Amino acid sequence: MNLNLKIWRQKSKKDKGKIVDYPIANVSEHMSFLEMLDVLNEELVSKGEEPVAFDHDCREGIFGMCSLYINGEAHGPDRGVTTCQLHMRKFKDGDTIFIEPFRATALPVIKDLIVDRSSMDRIQQAGGFVSVNTSGNTQDANAIPIPKENADLAFDAATCIGCGACIATCKNSSAMLYVSAKVSQFSLLPQGQVEAKDRVINMVNKMDEEGFGNCTNTGACEVECPKGISLDNISRMNREFLSANFGLKK
Amino acid sequence: MALSGFFLMFFLVQHLTINTLSVFSEEMFNEVSHFMGTNPLVQFLLQPVLIFAVVFHFVMGMFLEYRNNKARDVSYAYNKPAANSSWMSRNMIISGLTVLAFLVLHFIDFWIPEISTKYVVGDMTGKLADGSFRYYHELHEKFVSPARVVAYVVAFVFLALHLIHGFQSSFQSVGFRKSNNKLLLSRLSYLFAILVPAGFIFVAVFHYVSHNHL
Repeated sequence: MNLNLKIWRQKSKKDKGKIVDYPIANVSEHMSFLEMLDVLNEELVSKGEEPVAFDHDCREGIFGMCSLYINGEAHGPDRGVTTCQLHMRKFKDGDTIFIEPFRATALPVIKDLIVDRSSMDRIQQAGGFVSVNTSGNTQDANAIPIPKENADLAFDAATCIGCGACIATCKNSSAMLYVSAKVSQFSLLPQGQVEAKDRVINMVNKMDEEGFGNCTNTGACEVECPKGISLDNISRMNREFLSANFGLKK
Repeated sequence: MALSGFFLMFFLVQHLTINTLSVFSEEMFNEVSHFMGTNPLVQFLLQPVLIFAVVFHFVMGMFLEYRNNKARDVSYAYNKPAANSSWMSRNMIISGLTVLAFLVLHFIDFWIPEISTKYVVGDMTGKLADGSFRYYHELHEKFVSPARVVAYVVAFVFLALHLIHGFQSSFQSVGFRKSNNKLLLSRLSYLFAILVPAGFIFVAVFHYVSHNHL
């Protein structure tokens, strides 16, 4: 199929950037979206032009590195997949495809379609961990009985790959789904409950400090999340945040 | 936003209950209105709390809008928000400002004359020159104008759009929404958002029709 690509080009963080048209011919419907961009880049390089910079890693929908806003949706028109798992059969011959970076003040563009997601790492560093005594007599985690329901919910939350699609798609650029998944995966398990109050306060405060927007419960994040992270996690985090601030102190 | 929203939703139910009395019994409506208009607890405690809640809800809404707009410095060249969220959830500021504009009309229609009669003129009797209560009469006369009825209907349609999202969103914000009640909350949200504004519309239309045709 032949396509007309409209791709965001931006030389550096300080460059203003603009949409540039790239017609591309003979695209196979079996290609992944990133393979299609690889083909485009080969053409650009052979013409002596600068290739389009975009993030990618495993190309198996696991790492969450690929981060494109395609035709007005994070990771494109398919559901439950990252950009690398989006295939060209989702498009038709003659289509115009807008390809933009994830947009948020807290996720500044580094070059073309690559954004700096270190603000998300800093939120994680603010509390998204369990402090473990590694003196050599650490208890085996499997020795602690955990209700099946909680184990499943914690696992579901832990499937968040931190790609940032929730932030990109939220009209407020809110990171609530991401942060709530990280908070939930620990707070549902006994190992994480010890630091639950500090964790939720520190991570929410860091999220605000980094300049992410506020959640207005549109639910767009849940729809666009490639891992299907539920809005229930945001509700759980709100509950924990209120209880940590106004409930009993440790 | 959620806590002030809960209070305002409770107030809407109370307001609608009293308004609905005007459809069934002029006498009862007058008595309840007189009680609400002269009871010190309602006048000097609940009324200021209500005004604070309205102002707080509005100011916080505008502040949220400002902060959220700042969180995305460059807009998308092409965006498709309808693919993943409802119009109501994305445009609370539009429906909210429309309801606020209606409140200005509503205050000019009822609240300012009421406060003026009681606390400027000093007439706390709630009665007309002929000795009858004025409340039902004032309400009935306001809905003679079809333009006012249309304005009220439009405002309540926007209130319904605001409540469809606002009701369930409030429960989510305070952490009450869970996987086992989200369907119920969603249905209750639609029920509340349709029934309450529809009730207000019914009262306005009832007085217009009864005044002009009955």
